[in-house]
Formats: sequence, C-alpha cells, structure tokens
Amino acid sequence: MEFDKKQADRLAAQIRKNILRAISAEGKGHIGGSLSIADVFAVLYGGVMNVDPRDPGKKDRDYIVMSKGHCGPAMYAALAARDFFPEETLDTLNKGNTILPSHTDRLKTPGVDVSTGSLGQGASLAAGVAFADKIDGKKSYTYLILGDGELDEGQVWEAALFAAHRKLTNLITIVDANGKQLDGTTDSVCSLGSIEDKFCSFGYHAISVENGNDTAQIYEAVCQAKEEREKPSVLVLHTVKGAGIDYYAGMENCHSTTVKKEDIPEFYKELDEKLAHKEV
Amino acid sequence: MAELRKVFYQTIAELMKKDDRVVYLDADLAGALGTAELFREFPRQAFDLGIMEANMIGVGAGMSIKGKIPFVHTFGPFASRRVADQTFLAGCYNDANLKIIGSDPGITAETNGGTHMPFEDMGIYCAYPNITIMDVAEPYLLREVIRQMASSWGVQYIRFQRKEGEAYYGGDEKIQIGRGNIVREGNDITVIACGIEVAWALKAAEKLAEENIQARVVDMFTIKPLDAELVLRCARETGAVVTAENHNIHGGLGSAVAEVLAENCPVPFKRVGVKDRFGEVGSKAFLADKFEISEKYIEKAVRDVLKRKTGK
Repeated sequence: MEFDKKQADRLAAQIRKNILRAISAEGKGHIGGSLSIADVFAVLYGGVMNVDPRDPGKKDRDYIVMSKGHCGPAMYAALAARDFFPEETLDTLNKGNTILPSHTDRLKTPGVDVSTGSLGQGASLAAGVAFADKIDGKKSYTYLILGDGELDEGQVWEAALFAAHRKLTNLITIVDANGKQLDGTTDSVCSLGSIEDKFCSFGYHAISVENGNDTAQIYEAVCQAKEEREKPSVLVLHTVKGAGIDYYAGMENCHSTTVKKEDIPEFYKELDEKLAHKEV
Repeated sequence: MAELRKVFYQTIAELMKKDDRVVYLDADLAGALGTAELFREFPRQAFDLGIMEANMIGVGAGMSIKGKIPFVHTFGPFASRRVADQTFLAGCYNDANLKIIGSDPGITAETNGGTHMPFEDMGIYCAYPNITIMDVAEPYLLREVIRQMASSWGVQYIRFQRKEGEAYYGGDEKIQIGRGNIVREGNDITVIACGIEVAWALKAAEKLAEENIQARVVDMFTIKPLDAELVLRCARETGAVVTAENHNIHGGLGSAVAEVLAENCPVPFKRVGVKDRFGEVGSKAFLADKFEISEKYIEKAVRDVLKRKTGK
C-alpha cells in the first residue's frame, strides 16, 4: 500500500477529537495514554490493518490486542472514525449499559477482538492469537499494544520469551514509551533502562521509533517489522503522554484526569491548527 | 484401578487425533503427567511452554479465540491460585474456550507437601462467573468428562490425581458435566462427595449398611454449576446430608451444598473436609486421617447427622 501521510495525520486528528469527546462525556478518564497512541492507531486503522467495518468478524482479519486496556478510548475513537459504530456512541463511554467500557471488551464492542484490562495479560493473549495463526499458516498479523509502565509486569516478559522461542513473526508488539505511569515517570517508579535492549536480549527485533507521534516514522517501522522473517518485532514508540493537546502534554502527569466539555471547542481548534500547519 | 494420568493421556491423544483444533499446553510438567509423548506425536498440537503458568493461561485463551480447543496443565496450586487473575480475565471474562487441568489436588499431592497441596483451588474459582469446576478421581468418569470438555464451550477447571483412581462405575453410566450421579441408593441420609472422597463414601456406606443404616451416595463431580436439583431431591427424600471433599470446607463442595440447602431445604447437615488448614507432607492415607477426611470421618459425620435427624 502507498502511505499517505496527510491522510494519516487527518485520521490521527480525528481520533484525538474522538478521544476528547468520549472522555468528556463522563468528564474524566485515561486521556494521557490515549492521546499518546492516537498516531499509531491512525496508521494501523488507516490502511495497514486488514479489517472491515462492515464485517467486524471478517475471516483472516488482523487483530489488535490493546493490552493497556485502560486506553480503550483510543481504540474506540479509531473504530468510530472508521465507522465500526456511529461517532455518537462515543458519548456513552463508561455510562451504564454502554458498549464502550473503560477497558476493551470483546463481548461488547464491534471491532474489539480480545478483552483486556489487567496489565500484562494482553501480551500472552496476543501471543496465543498469533501462535494459533502461525500453526494454521494464516497470513494475518496480531498487533499488541503495551504501555511502558506495563512493562513492569512479569507476564510481559514470560510472553516475550515464548514469542521469541516460537518465532512469532506475525506478532508485532508496539510499546507506547511515553515515559510516564500513574505514580510518576517510569524512571522514578521503577526504571526500565533501554526497552529496546531488553527486548533484543529476549530475542526480538527491536525497532526504535524516535518520534512515536509521527505517522510516517510509525508506518516505516511497521513495514520493517513485516519484513522480519526470524524474530517477533517490537516497535518502541517514543511518544509524549497527552500528545497533540498542549494542555495535557504539558501536565506533570495526565494519566487520568478531567476533560471538560467546555474546553472541547478550543482543543478541536488546536488540533485543526496543528493539522493545517503539518499540511503546509 | 487405573492410573488416571494414563487415562488422561489416552483420551487426549484420541481427541487430538480426531480433531486438530484440540491442543495441549504444559508448563514443564508433562513428564509428571505422562503426556510428554504428545509433543512428539502431535508437534503441531502439543507444546511445552516452560515454567510460566500465567503466560500459558493467556496463550491458551488467545488460541481459543482463534478456534483452538486448548487443554492446559500444571499442578493444581499453579493451575488455580498462581493464575487466578489470568483465569479470570484471559479465560472467563474473555469467554475463552479453555480447559484447565490442575493435577494432584489436595492430599493427593502427598510428599510435595503444603506448597503443592491445593485445598483452596475450587474455592478460588467458585466465585468466578462463567466457569465450570470439576473434581474427578474415577477412570471412566475422567475419560467421559475429558471428552465432553473438548466438545463443549467455556472455561472448565478439572482437578484429578495422577496416580490410581478407584473404579466405581461399570462403564455404561450416563455422564454429564453439571449433573451429579447417585452411585449408591439409600434413604436414611445422603453423602454428597467429589473426587477421591466418593470411593471412601461408598466404603463408609457399606460399613453403615451392616448396622442397617442406608446411606445414599452421590458423585457430585461438578462443583460448579452445582446440580441443585439433585441436592434438593436427596435432601427431601433422605432428610439429612453430609458432604465430603478433599478440599477446605470453605469455598468448595460443602459450601456450595450448604448454600442450596440453607435457602431451600434446611436439613441436618455436616461437612467433611479440611478445616481451614495448610497441607503438609505424608502419604495419602496418612493425610486423609490427619485432615479428617478419610472413610472413618465420613462414617462419623453420618452418625452425628443421623442423631440430629432422628433426635436419638
């Protein structure tokens, strides 16, 4: 496929708008980690992934396992932007009887294939999905989205050993390395050192993405990962928590915080201006 | 008598041969369960994941979402308390199709001792929605249950010992997950048992019969969902109930039966089980007496409850 950066950036802006809209419905939520992965969702849902909104259960589709399940709003924002359900549904986030619960749930939301929410578990689930595909000789890919704080969980590393041992080249792991977790920076809570080096030593092909909020860099890294024939690949996206909205990006920690409805027009304006600037 | 691990191996091999969606995962204990041969026989269906139980549950659940039918095995404590959150989320919450085998439950862990002797596994899982819990110690029953697990959807936890299981079925009884079986008729009292306790309950009933006490014995191999209908029928027909389990008296079969009786048909009742203790090393016979779950304790419980029933 031909990569269209303008189109990807437009989709990323729409995803960010959708995230803000969804979280503003209840007034509070996991805004920081949702905004930081808007660009990778724009790349994946912008044409890289084999999915069909008219047929969410399409045979041989690619899977996303949103292991940092609390950033479900980012996935919902992308799914709504791709018409898996109407954008108005975003206004029901976390309300009773919604199909959009805080953490991704495969039994509730069209386009969500795996339920997550207890950190680390998505890693094994994704490895299982990819392993089944590999055994059956399927061509589909499984994209596993991990937070950097989530790498504290031992299960991530159990799954990494397994994926490398089984040569799961159809599993593409994406780490949202925004450097912050709930209680502070990842360095202050429990330093991770080099994420790339750690995955390399576990037998991965690690690809460092210097600007993990740049759709072109992300796309390039996904292409590299798909060319790998021996090892599972990991994309370490160096992102900004709250990326795209200066108010959140500038906060000491915007892990879970308020999004006021009255601020939405101003945030949308900011996104439109940044998009126009990029397109210039 | 038959070694249950042999029964399991034969059954799973037969299922894997018949249906390539059936897969077997182990966490470095295939040698203990006698299933290591599966890795050679079925290289595309049987896999050793190494000592990473949490990952095994997640991988199995993920594979099931893609249509595989995974049986995953480790020792009982690691198939339950160690992976409690994985079974909850990757399994039940995901509505995965995952078959979890916890071998050597309770005192059958023998010399592996307290760390490996789960008296709590069923209790942990009893509070999970969307799970089936089974305690099996009879060769024919094990074969039938494993077959049914492969052909029915959902997260199912089964505990059975690797060594010999006493046969008390003839081989043509109807077995259905979720339904208890009356394995001995009697109208004075009902002993509802599971796992290794069923054979002991039958022996206790034989002894009691010598004194003209006719105890009905139920093999309640499915603890969840409990066959409440059968529990209530037996309570109404015999007027007294004793439960027997190789598990803590809290959270297992006794608790489940007590809930049903208390709400619907309170009759004189007593639980035989481990009284909130940790396990320890010893032979099965030694531990059965130490934890007061052997045949003679079932017999004693029956006499105690009958006194309350008859007022004598």
